[in-house]
Amino acid sequence: MKCQVCRGPAVIDVRRHNANFCAEHFCKLVRDQTAKAIEEHEMLAPGDRVLVAVSGGKDSLALWDLLDELGYEADGLYLGLGIGGYSDRSGAAVRAFATRRGLTLHEVDLRADHGYDVPTAAAVTRRSPCSACGLSKRHLFDRAALEGGYDAVATGHNLDDEAAVLFGNTLRWQTEYLARQHPVLPARPGFPRKVKPLVRLGEREMAAYCVLRGIDYIVEECPMAEGNKHLGYKEALNEIEARSPGSKQAFYAGFLARAVDRFADAAPDHAEGGETASCDRCGVPTTSGTCAFCRLVERAAGAQPVALTRKGRPIDA
Amino acid sequence: MKVTLRNPTRELEFPGPKSIVALLQDLDLNRESVLVIRGGTLVPGDALLADDDEVEIRPVISGGAA
Repeated sequence: MKCQVCRGPAVIDVRRHNANFCAEHFCKLVRDQTAKAIEEHEMLAPGDRVLVAVSGGKDSLALWDLLDELGYEADGLYLGLGIGGYSDRSGAAVRAFATRRGLTLHEVDLRADHGYDVPTAAAVTRRSPCSACGLSKRHLFDRAALEGGYDAVATGHNLDDEAAVLFGNTLRWQTEYLARQHPVLPARPGFPRKVKPLVRLGEREMAAYCVLRGIDYIVEECPMAEGNKHLGYKEALNEIEARSPGSKQAFYAGFLARAVDRFADAAPDHAEGGETASCDRCGVPTTSGTCAFCRLVERAAGAQPVALTRKGRPIDA
Repeated sequence: MKVTLRNPTRELEFPGPKSIVALLQDLDLNRESVLVIRGGTLVPGDALLADDDEVEIRPVISGGAA
């Protein structure tokens, strides 16, 4: 197997491009695809200050590495989610990466700073753990970006993530969600711009990039995400991809090019800045009364913390 | 050869030589969902693994897209 660029020994085949690459040219491909996504969707301007949402996983650490390589002023924000040993190990991976690369890392700890953790919030509110986690992340990343004067929040959602979400939304024709599944969400009052620069890159490519760049990410899956329906969608799409390489990209890119605008009328008012009130606790724009994050904190912060195994699973699960 | 799998971490032994494709077929794994790593770097899909090789098969799917 030879690199299609230099004809040297290849280390990876990318079947959807029908091409093989050596380490150097594969890493260049990943950088070029990231830069292309940023330019194509007008995610960032040269010199923008970016806050990268880092979890310790492959996508977010690779994204931080790539944005730094591409010349953006990229700082990281890590949220301690309180998921037992999993959070301990993911936090350690993020800190080690930041130290090794000399990058600025900010940290927020849900338990220390807000009085709750994700497992407890999920149990008390009867939300799924991913829902409680996602709500916390969105609110706290938005707040940190606005307070820190960043131009955008960047997340490591990749092509597989976006294709799986699209698959799920299409299966149920969730038109409100389809209407706002863009790789960039513009800033609006109370909310920063949000960008997903990895949407042209698959999950396997991001993991390979980390191995080749020596990025020591946390390989274990979040114990709270096991059985998550998106994992099932990803597996299903990978079965299709194995038979027909390029299917995931065609599905997602085709949606952006030819379908997403058709759902524009289904977008909820608040997706376009239609919030009519400010949260009576924290002041963020909301539809009425207390925002969802403050309601979550109110219920979870006073609750008995859920006991976890060493790996981070609830003991009674 | 010694093959390390993740989530949960476990080790299996296979006789070599064996191709990557054959190894993944034996393990019923989708090539789109894993990387094969030997000595800290990637092993290309057409490589033949020797009897004394030690490789890691690393899953690449991560969840929590909610």
